[in-house]
Amino acid sequence: MLKRYSVHLILTLLGGLIVYLAYFEYLGLYFLSVLMFMGVNIILSSSLNLVNGYMGEFSCGHAGFMCVGAYVASVLGVWLFARDRVFGAPLLDPDYALYAFPVIILAGGVAAALAGLLVAFPSYKTRGDYLAIITIAANYIIISAIENMSSIGGSRGLMGMKGVINAMEDTLYLPWMPIWVFLFTIFCVWVIRRYVSSTFGKGVNAISQDEVAAEIMSVNTNKIKTITFMLSSGLAGIGGGLFAYILGYVNPGSFNILKSTEIMVMVYLGGMGSLSGSILAAIFFTILLELLRPLQIIKWIVIPLVLIILMQFRPEGIMGNRELGQIFPRLKKFYRFK
Amino acid sequence: MLLSVENLEVKYGNIQALHGISFHVNEGEIVTLIGANGAGKTTSLYAVARLAPPEAPRVIAGDIKFQGKSILATRPSDVVKQLKMALSPEGRRIFGNLTVMENLKLATYARDKSADLEQEFERVFDLFPRLKERRLQRSESLSGGEQQMLAVGRALMTGCRILLLDEPSMGLAPVLKYELFRKLKRLNEEGMTILLVEQNASLALNLAHRGYVLDTGHIVAEGTSAELSNNPDVKKAYLGG
Repeated sequence: MLKRYSVHLILTLLGGLIVYLAYFEYLGLYFLSVLMFMGVNIILSSSLNLVNGYMGEFSCGHAGFMCVGAYVASVLGVWLFARDRVFGAPLLDPDYALYAFPVIILAGGVAAALAGLLVAFPSYKTRGDYLAIITIAANYIIISAIENMSSIGGSRGLMGMKGVINAMEDTLYLPWMPIWVFLFTIFCVWVIRRYVSSTFGKGVNAISQDEVAAEIMSVNTNKIKTITFMLSSGLAGIGGGLFAYILGYVNPGSFNILKSTEIMVMVYLGGMGSLSGSILAAIFFTILLELLRPLQIIKWIVIPLVLIILMQFRPEGIMGNRELGQIFPRLKKFYRFK
Repeated sequence: MLLSVENLEVKYGNIQALHGISFHVNEGEIVTLIGANGAGKTTSLYAVARLAPPEAPRVIAGDIKFQGKSILATRPSDVVKQLKMALSPEGRRIFGNLTVMENLKLATYARDKSADLEQEFERVFDLFPRLKERRLQRSESLSGGEQQMLAVGRALMTGCRILLLDEPSMGLAPVLKYELFRKLKRLNEEGMTILLVEQNASLALNLAHRGYVLDTGHIVAEGTSAELSNNPDVKKAYLGG
């Protein structure tokens, strides 16, 4: 009984604790935002792990899909629920903002999933380095498309998401952003977990091992690649949407290749094909970035150095190809996953 | 005629690998394609299994028919699923990071979930008892011969009626080679149709009912196994005497 619900219990307690601390303002705004970025990073790294780790492709344009999600969710939210210079008066009653918010974030995810097709189609015929170049190109295409759309701010960026959050808080006063980030993080991890442990997901593993062998074992590789790329970029879109609302401001520059690299670093840090590794690495990396903040620009010398050292001494990442339960079998006593 | 290949010409990029070959396989037969390196044996099998470029060739002329219907537009996953034709590729290509059991399970990927899989696992284990002993081992830790058994067993688990075998004897010790071929004979006696590609011509002709000899993309001889074994040219070129 306890074993069965232990994960649910821990997550509920953790969520409750964060909301409680945020509500009574025991946690400063700074700590809260670090926590929220941790959630977003977990979504981003675990969704990229789906492609780079489980499927064995090499995608380096993850921030591009994040960008699509961020912009679609922001524009929808601001257009529908906030007073804004560009979009004018809210289209709907701001009271509905609270209920519509998850739908808006999911809409960003769907848009990003469609953008994922940009990479999915070329992946039928190419892989490895060539596909990597295509994903970088996709990243650039998305960013320059948005930079040239002056109606949504172009390269100056887009503001006004705070209005949507204010509208939610007017309806019911709770720390909504931490709540949504927490829920969406759990949702995304759950989706990925279910996906890779399904029979269908075993085909993803087969593709990473040997595409031809997968094909002759009746695995429809094109279909799996399409779905996996779309799922991965869709989840990145959700992460991007949340990212935009946490900051309250987006500009295309924050989704450039540097951001993609940052996500990739988290995946490799955690270990390819290890979901718990991605989560741990996202948490660790977010904290590391914050600790190194005083170093300012030197940070970008220290972090690659850390990565080089890691690749030298533990090339398979923190967790390797394994999950937490495989490294500490005793943990299995306390939880059960299906 | 279960499977027929008619005047097939294929290319890898700009290089033509097959220059109009024709062969057929009847139900319940073992047919072998023999020939030297680069003769086009594997290429023919890849074309029949409908694998896509770049790894596999592009068909530029001719036709491949299954029970009289062209399968040129069929996807490789559907070749396994609908036509029940499974390839056990050269070099085994098993999924090394999965266990033996997981490899076999993966082969049932597109199958009807209601099928009696337990019985089929038993059939494979009955054929290759070594696999049963090692079923929870990661398959990359198996010996070469065991990996070959796994590759054949995996193809069987797709529920196929036609088995396409590419160089099953490659890298096997002589004892294991004979053992594997005895198993193949047993499979055939149970009703499996087999298309065998083999470099070891005497071994292949011993097993097969009929054979074709390939040379640089052309079929240079065909006939029953006995005819081929007694053909002086074939004898001289492939049977060592």
